[in-house]
Amino acid sequence: MTKTVETPNEATVPIVELRQVSRQFGKKSGVVERALTRVGLNKPPVTVQAVQGVDLTVRRGTVLGLVGESGCGKSTLGRMVAGILPVSQGEVRWNGRDIATMSADERRAGTLRTQMIFQNPFASLNPRLRVAEIVGEAPRVHGLIQGDEQHYVDAQLRRAGLDPALKWRYPHQFSGGQRQRIGIARALAVQPEVLVCDEAVAALDVSIQAQVINLFMELREQLGLTYLFISHDLGVVRHISDHVAIMYLGRIVEQAPVTEIFARPNHPYTQLLLEEMPRIDTQNRAFPMLKGELPSPLDPPDGCHFHPRCPHAFERCRVERPEVKFIAPGHRSACHLNDEK
Amino acid sequence: MTRTTDSIIAAAVTAASAPPPTALLDVRGLRTWFATHAGDVKAVDGVSFALQKGQILGLVGESGSGKSVTGFSIMGLLEPPGRVVEGQVWFNGTDLVGLDGEQLRQLRGKKIAMIFQDPMMTLNPVLRIDTQMIETIQAHEKVSCSEARARARDALGAVGIASPEERLSAYPHQFSGGMRQRVAIAIALLHRPDLIIADEPTTALDVTIQAQIIAQVQKLVREYQMALIWITHDLSVVSRLADQLAVMYAGKIVEYGQVDDVINHPRHHYTAGLIASVPSRNQPGKRLFQLAGMTPSVLNLPRGCAFRSRCDHADAACLDMPELVSEAGHAHRCFHPVSDGGMPR
Repeated sequence: MTKTVETPNEATVPIVELRQVSRQFGKKSGVVERALTRVGLNKPPVTVQAVQGVDLTVRRGTVLGLVGESGCGKSTLGRMVAGILPVSQGEVRWNGRDIATMSADERRAGTLRTQMIFQNPFASLNPRLRVAEIVGEAPRVHGLIQGDEQHYVDAQLRRAGLDPALKWRYPHQFSGGQRQRIGIARALAVQPEVLVCDEAVAALDVSIQAQVINLFMELREQLGLTYLFISHDLGVVRHISDHVAIMYLGRIVEQAPVTEIFARPNHPYTQLLLEEMPRIDTQNRAFPMLKGELPSPLDPPDGCHFHPRCPHAFERCRVERPEVKFIAPGHRSACHLNDEK
Repeated sequence: MTRTTDSIIAAAVTAASAPPPTALLDVRGLRTWFATHAGDVKAVDGVSFALQKGQILGLVGESGSGKSVTGFSIMGLLEPPGRVVEGQVWFNGTDLVGLDGEQLRQLRGKKIAMIFQDPMMTLNPVLRIDTQMIETIQAHEKVSCSEARARARDALGAVGIASPEERLSAYPHQFSGGMRQRVAIAIALLHRPDLIIADEPTTALDVTIQAQIIAQVQKLVREYQMALIWITHDLSVVSRLADQLAVMYAGKIVEYGQVDDVINHPRHHYTAGLIASVPSRNQPGKRLFQLAGMTPSVLNLPRGCAFRSRCDHADAACLDMPELVSEAGHAHRCFHPVSDGGMPR
């Protein structure tokens, strides 16, 4: 694969940019239901605020780690970045262009450049297709193969660390780690620039996880890839990322370069997450406790979403949503405490 | 549970030669095999360990290592084609392997309890929490419904569920994942069992919820002086929770000892590799230490040490299976154990 020549434009314009992106999920209400709601015989339809007003920038060739608990909207965000889920409000920009204004052709090219790696390697591969077909189908359909298709497939498999001799097998004949490599080979086969990895190593055994993380880092170096690396595992994120964004109940609460966020976490939620980061340690035998659970996104708390669990919450946190503000160069946080100091 | 004549003889022979067990739980030479068309799958192949009252054992291994089957074998929860072909499980002076279904039922829930990975599978989705908890109490004790309900409420309170009285009349789907696991733990604790076997109980939960639950379990185990076997693939969880650690690989314990010794001075290259490959033990951005290859299939194990194809130190000696060698309470199954200076970096 030829490395893309960076024009000055490409160097300055972020490869992926989100501007005030929101996404709601809800049932579409029918005519009767709407009529009933109007006369007060039916409750208004419930909507889940999965993502709320998120600004995010991913620069070319960097890795952005996105961390949060389950249900915080990180997968929804990843899907919107990959262009497989439309936004409710806001803009997703690829190379500086809003995808809503793109023509169908441009959109297709853009979607090809942004590929996803999924968490569950058992569910994300078609069990009835052989590996050669899983990996070869997309590049063939999109006319990306010059020359022999099987040569092309072999090269993709080899790059993902799989023996091409196994390509006539079915997914069930592989272990979890190998299946994840097949998923990686499939994504790479369409020559993407951005990979959205949604908990891509969470389902793997520890020893296999290290192999796949190393593969991601090698591929980044070889192909100049950009990653949005979604994970709940701070240890993995710290290892692989350049920048880290912390998400809580649909909002980004803190964003900073990786060394900065681990050295000087600002938001109380980040601080607590770091404290609870699982580490191999036989000395400290007490488990710190972050009280409570992630509230339901059906009924999020007013003001700062984190205030019911926050040890420093005061009156203002209960009523006013904190703005995301710069607290240091490149370091943004959404906490009222920063105004108090 | 039926046993083959061979295993009864084998058990009798070993039992006769072994001194009477003093520990709460004493597993000796446990072999659990699954008969398949392709031959016997030796899921657990000669596992021995002992556990005292009030102690926590971390049983660590990757998928397919036999850690869960070990737990099921102790509980007598094996389904055919799985069977204990050899070994004993001494619990309070009784060998559980020989017991029939009814005798095991008397013990399970009362003296030994189990917590599973997925609380949605443990709890009956169409019954309210109080129904399930009262049923558990009345299965072993003759108490009135209202008394059982009061005990159920106290048990929910003990695992940190707010307003237990109201939550008793809720259905499992009305709880979050973390709360469901708390309910499952409360049910396991109802009879204050002597032994709890927890099979990956926090794997499906968020780290924040995981920490809450582990802290709660840690507190209750100390308070009630229960013994706990915590089965997991996650070294970081057990390194801070367990007293002893047993590392399993391909159906065998490859390393066993006090948690400090195993984590800080691992002797087996598999344990050392697992610890070294955790991202927080590596410099960020640098290549992670990785164990090559993958876990061999237990159906078709290589001759000798099962780890040798992934091990840098394997040589001709490793074509034989090493014995579990113990030095000052720290046992390992390796001909070329890691010396302290030789940790992989």
